[in-house]
Amino acid sequence: MAKITYIEFDGTEHAIDVKPGLTVMEGAVKNNVPGIDADCGGACACATCHVYVDQAWLDKTGDKSAMEESMLDFAENVEPNSRLSCQIKVSDALDGLVVRLPESQH
Amino acid sequence: MALSEASLESRVVIVGAGHAGGSAAAFLRQYGHTGPIVLIGEEPLLPYQRPPLSKAWLKGEADAESLALKPDAWYAEAGVSLRLQAVAVEINRGARTVILASGETVSYDFLILATGARARELPIPGADLAGVLALRTAADAEALKGALGPGKRLAVVGGGYVGLEAAASARALGAEATIIERESRVLARVACETLSHFFQDYHGARGVNFVLNANVEAFEGADGHVTGVRMKGGEVIACDAVLVGVGAYPNVELAQDAGLECSGGIVVDLEARTSDPRVFAVGDVTHRPLPTYERQFRLESVPNALEQAKQAAAAIVGRAPPPHEIPWFWSDQYDLKLQIAGLPFDADAQVVRGDVAAAKFAVFHLKGDLIQAVEAVNAPPEFMAGKQLIAKRTPVSLEKLADPTISMKEVAA
Repeated sequence: MAKITYIEFDGTEHAIDVKPGLTVMEGAVKNNVPGIDADCGGACACATCHVYVDQAWLDKTGDKSAMEESMLDFAENVEPNSRLSCQIKVSDALDGLVVRLPESQH
Repeated sequence: MALSEASLESRVVIVGAGHAGGSAAAFLRQYGHTGPIVLIGEEPLLPYQRPPLSKAWLKGEADAESLALKPDAWYAEAGVSLRLQAVAVEINRGARTVILASGETVSYDFLILATGARARELPIPGADLAGVLALRTAADAEALKGALGPGKRLAVVGGGYVGLEAAASARALGAEATIIERESRVLARVACETLSHFFQDYHGARGVNFVLNANVEAFEGADGHVTGVRMKGGEVIACDAVLVGVGAYPNVELAQDAGLECSGGIVVDLEARTSDPRVFAVGDVTHRPLPTYERQFRLESVPNALEQAKQAAAAIVGRAPPPHEIPWFWSDQYDLKLQIAGLPFDADAQVVRGDVAAAKFAVFHLKGDLIQAVEAVNAPPEFMAGKQLIAKRTPVSLEKLADPTISMKEVAA
C-alpha cells in the first residue's frame, strides 16, 4: 500500500492507503474523496481529475504523455505541477505522495 | 418525522444502482448528508462503470474490481443500505413509500429514480435463440466475451457506438466481425457523415465487414443456437453470435404508473426534480433541459449521470446547484480517441479542421458563428477548446477555425 494524501481546495486532508497498480485518480474516487470527478473513468478524455503534485514528488510521478499534455493545456488554473491523476500509476515508490486539488474541475 | 425541506437528515431512497444511482449516494455523503440512504438495484452487482464493458473489459484489460464505482466495504462504512437483486414494483407518492417485489416497503422523504435504459430488442423470428446478445450489463458483457476469440464470427446488428466498439474489441481478440446497419452509413443518428465514413473506413481497414442499407428479417439457428442473420431477399450472414445494438428505451414504467410526468423519459428540471418535488430522476431515464440549446432532451452518458446525480444531491441537502455542463461523450476504438462536445442542434454549417486521412481532425457544427458541437478524433485541443467555446457562446471566425496552423487558443481568443 502507498499512503497518498489528497488535500481539498479548502484544506481538508484525506490520507488514503492506495493499492499499487491503481491510479491516483482511482484512489480518490473509490474512497469518495470530494473534488476529483473523473467523468471518463480514466480514459484521459475529460480532464476532470486535475491535481497539483507536491514539488517534492514531481520526479517520481513521471512524465506527461502528449495526450495528457494537450488535455491539460486547456484545463482551468493549470500550473507547471498540474497532472491528470488518472495518468499517475500508484507504486510503492509513491508512498507518501501529496497532491492538492483545484477549486473546480470545470 | 417526515422532512419536506432540504436537509442533511432526510431519508433518501434511490431506485436503480447504476452509475447515476450509485453516484447520487456518493455525492449525498460528500455533501454532508447523514440521513439514511437505501439503494435498490435489480442486478446482483454493486454500482459499476458501464463504458468499459464494450472496450477495456471485453479485451480483458479491466476486472470487476476496477469497474466498481466504490469498493464493497464503502457502502457499509458510508451507511448506505443495499437492496440488490431487488425490484421496485410501485411508488406510493401519497404514503411516500417504495414497494419491492419481495413485499418490503421502504419509506422516503426524498426519492431518486435512476432506473436507466434497457436495450431495444428486435422483434423478429429467432430473437430468443442462444447467442443473440445485447450489451448493457456486466452479465451481457460476460456472455459476449465468451462468444469472442480467434476464428469466432460476430455479427453486430446496429452500427452505433456500442456496435463499433464491440467490433473493434472483437478484432483485437482475433474474431471476425460484420456490422449490419439499416441506414446507408454507420453512426447515422449520432454523428456527421464525415465521421461515419471515417469510422467505417478505419474499421474496414482492420478487417471489419459492413452490410449497409440492410433489412434484417430473422436470426437463423440450429439446436437452439444462432447460426446466422438472414436479410430480406434471402442472403444469410453466417455467425457464431449476434450482438444487437439498436438503441435503448428509458425505463419509465415505475414513474409513469406513479403519475409522474413522462415524455421521452422522466421529465425533470435543472435540479433533476420531477413533477413531484419530493421525487428526483437522474441519468439515462430522464428527459432533461439543455439550457444552451433551449430544449429538453434525453442523454445517455456518464457525464450526464454524474451531473444530474450532483444536481439531485445538492437540492436534497440544500446546497448551491453544480455548474451547468455541456453534454459530452467519448469513445475508444483501436488507437482512436473520439471526443464529442455539445449536440449539433440547429447547426447550419460544418467546418472540418485537420487531416481526416491522418486520423487527426475535428468537425465543428456551427449555427452562424456559434459552435453548437464538435466531434474530435485524436484532437484533444479541438475538443477542450470547442467545449469551452460552446459553453461560453463565444462567436468564432470560421476561417480561423478551418485553418489548423492557427492554434485553438488563438481561435478562442
